[in-house]
Amino acid sequence: MIAELGQFALALALIVAVAQSIVPLVGAARGDAALTAFARPAAYVQLAAVAAAFIALTHAYVTSDFSVVSVARNTHTSMPFLYRLTGVWGNHEGSMLLWILILAIMSAAVASFGANLPDGLRARVLAVQGMIGVAFLTFILFTSNPFTRQFPAPLDGRELNPLLQDPGLAFHPPWLYLGYVGFSVAFSFAVAALIEGKVDPAWARWVRPWTLFAWLSLTIGIALGSWWAYYELGWGGWWFWDPVENASFMPWLIGAALLHSAVVVEKRDALKSWTILLALIAFSFSLIGTFLVRSGVLTSVHAFAVDPARGVFILMILFAAIGGSLALYAWRAPALKAGGLFQPLSREGALVLNNLLLATGAATVLLGTLYPLFLDVLDAGKVSVGPPYFNSTFVPLMVPLVAAMAVGPLLSWKRADIAGAISRLAVAGIATVAVIGIVLYASGGTGFLAAVGLGLAAWLFIGTLIELAERLRLFRAPLAESFERWRHLPRSALGMSVAHGGLAIAIAGMTASSLFQAEQILAMRAGEVVTMRGYDLRFEGIVQANGPNYQAERARFIVTSGGKPVTVLTPERRFYPVQRQQTTEAAIHTTGLADLYVVVGDSDGKGAWTVRLYHNPLVPWIWAGCLIMALGGGLSLTDRRLRVGAPKQRLQAAE
Amino acid sequence: MRRLVLILLFAVTALPAAAIRPDEILVDPALEARARNLGKELRCLVCQNQSIDDSEADLARDLRKLVRERLVAGDSDPAIRSFLVARYGDFVRLDPPLRVATAVLWFGPALVLVLGAIGIAVFLRRRRPAAAPAALDPVDRARLERVLAEDDRR
Repeated sequence: MIAELGQFALALALIVAVAQSIVPLVGAARGDAALTAFARPAAYVQLAAVAAAFIALTHAYVTSDFSVVSVARNTHTSMPFLYRLTGVWGNHEGSMLLWILILAIMSAAVASFGANLPDGLRARVLAVQGMIGVAFLTFILFTSNPFTRQFPAPLDGRELNPLLQDPGLAFHPPWLYLGYVGFSVAFSFAVAALIEGKVDPAWARWVRPWTLFAWLSLTIGIALGSWWAYYELGWGGWWFWDPVENASFMPWLIGAALLHSAVVVEKRDALKSWTILLALIAFSFSLIGTFLVRSGVLTSVHAFAVDPARGVFILMILFAAIGGSLALYAWRAPALKAGGLFQPLSREGALVLNNLLLATGAATVLLGTLYPLFLDVLDAGKVSVGPPYFNSTFVPLMVPLVAAMAVGPLLSWKRADIAGAISRLAVAGIATVAVIGIVLYASGGTGFLAAVGLGLAAWLFIGTLIELAERLRLFRAPLAESFERWRHLPRSALGMSVAHGGLAIAIAGMTASSLFQAEQILAMRAGEVVTMRGYDLRFEGIVQANGPNYQAERARFIVTSGGKPVTVLTPERRFYPVQRQQTTEAAIHTTGLADLYVVVGDSDGKGAWTVRLYHNPLVPWIWAGCLIMALGGGLSLTDRRLRVGAPKQRLQAAE
Repeated sequence: MRRLVLILLFAVTALPAAAIRPDEILVDPALEARARNLGKELRCLVCQNQSIDDSEADLARDLRKLVRERLVAGDSDPAIRSFLVARYGDFVRLDPPLRVATAVLWFGPALVLVLGAIGIAVFLRRRRPAAAPAALDPVDRARLERVLAEDDRR
């Protein structure tokens, strides 16, 4: 019964979405206030209906209603409550429902926090949000219905994939989807602006917080996913250039470009048409990502061809959204009036360079992700595109980007004194040279890549500090004055410094953990000791340790350093009988500067166990850096000027 | 994240990774280092975008052994690569070779960058205010000064 209510609520949401996408548009075009005002309540009702459907599905999962197909496929009565709950989005149908729920939340948030928007713009934005809702509600109802019943109901379900039975599932998908779907708001604002034919600094100021929010959520989502893979998959890797990862990385890159170009629109009234284009592309990449992961096209083009219903549907959404918005762009963008002028060497110029490199980076990732599919479809041979390709194409693009990142914020608007900016970076330059020298010396001249990566990180980090110190006139004015400047420092400026600093930290982590990882793979017997970079690990043996729905072999390692006890590590190997699947649980000891990472493998049947041991320098900095970047975005979100005229600012920041 | 998300999205079954076993490792560290470098750029053909070093599939294990056998037999890295490509096609390489069909793949990023840079250059050029206004000829200058002088008198 409750599942049927959920189904009904989804159908209701679809009808409301249809109305929401038509009525406000007509109202705004005719200047009819009553029709225009329809947008807000429609967004609220749509949220209520989708939330009701989501609650109904959650109810089915939590109560193990196996007459619902998706529940029977993805839960088992022996699973702990947490995974029965998070299992709601641990599958195709449920995760699409989460996608739609977040879309409805974003629309309702625009309706609610957008009180300071002109009525026409708000109505149009909500109408476009409604159209996206129509597309995805139709998709879920007709191809991926989470409420489909089966009769007779099985006695018990299959189980959620054991790899997903992890607290990571509670956090990673929701954040990721907040990012993906969050870009829909920027998209809707861009389409609305094209319909109105007007883009001005006020528009940029409205779009910016939504873009910031989506981007920082995506940052958190990607970082959490990478961390989860790191500790769950068991070989200490954290990024694999896999199509599914790329699918989330492309909107992130374009989102970062959009954040920066929106600044130019806001401050200088320039780059308007480009910013609109980026807003369209950011969400288009979210849709492409959804297509890639939902359609099955990645498994193989042929698998896609066998059961194309879902894929073709998303492809249609893709064509309608991307084609429609780009056609609108081609038609209306030339009418946008060009704004402020600037010299190539200026803050604007630096931000244009940022956009060029980020957009090229996203294009590279897109090319590497789609090209194998493309060749396969054309029957022009099968190729694989893996990490070596991205390391030699994408990474070189990021080097000048990061190098310029330290300089850009020191440049003034319109026309900058580049020599002055670079001379102010002298300290950063000296530190960079020192870091490069030390790394080359310590690695015996072989660590060229490491030297470049760590040198860049130092350059960016110190350059960011210098920029902040300049703003505060630190050491050049009395401390009292610096303190006063600190108090009045705009949050957006502070947010930028924090985010740039976070990226520097993450780059250091990525470089060091990739290039200085130490690994040992060996067969150990109880009582044996292995040494890894100053740590002695004594293997105490294996004990059985069973969980609610798995059997585990738990190894015990006593870790000492120079005879002093450090910690006890207990990696596990779990067997989930329902799915007949094995998982590994790595044990990690972190000092903040490096991780000691232990995984236990299978036994040779004669008392020896495979043990994999890694020492990953600076690896925690990757995720710390990403979270600091997201924090920078959050700080910027609390900037006063984004709140002016928005009475519910506190809710917006906490959202 | 790869597998997790893939599984999340397709519910495909996958085995835990961390693949290389102690008995596969070569005694000679130089050869083993070469085996690792090769292993990273060879695809486990039955997996989704995993290198043979990362995959626990039987095929990946066989390929790892094969690579090591050839290394011990004294083959060079390119010889091993071309041996595997002859056997399995370009699909086995995660680092796609440069051919006509992959030219767009390899040169695409540079092309995008160059076109983007040209686009920006054109954009900046077009938007530059008509440089410095051309110098006035003497007649106009005289007229201008007259007008300004009249302005002052008023």
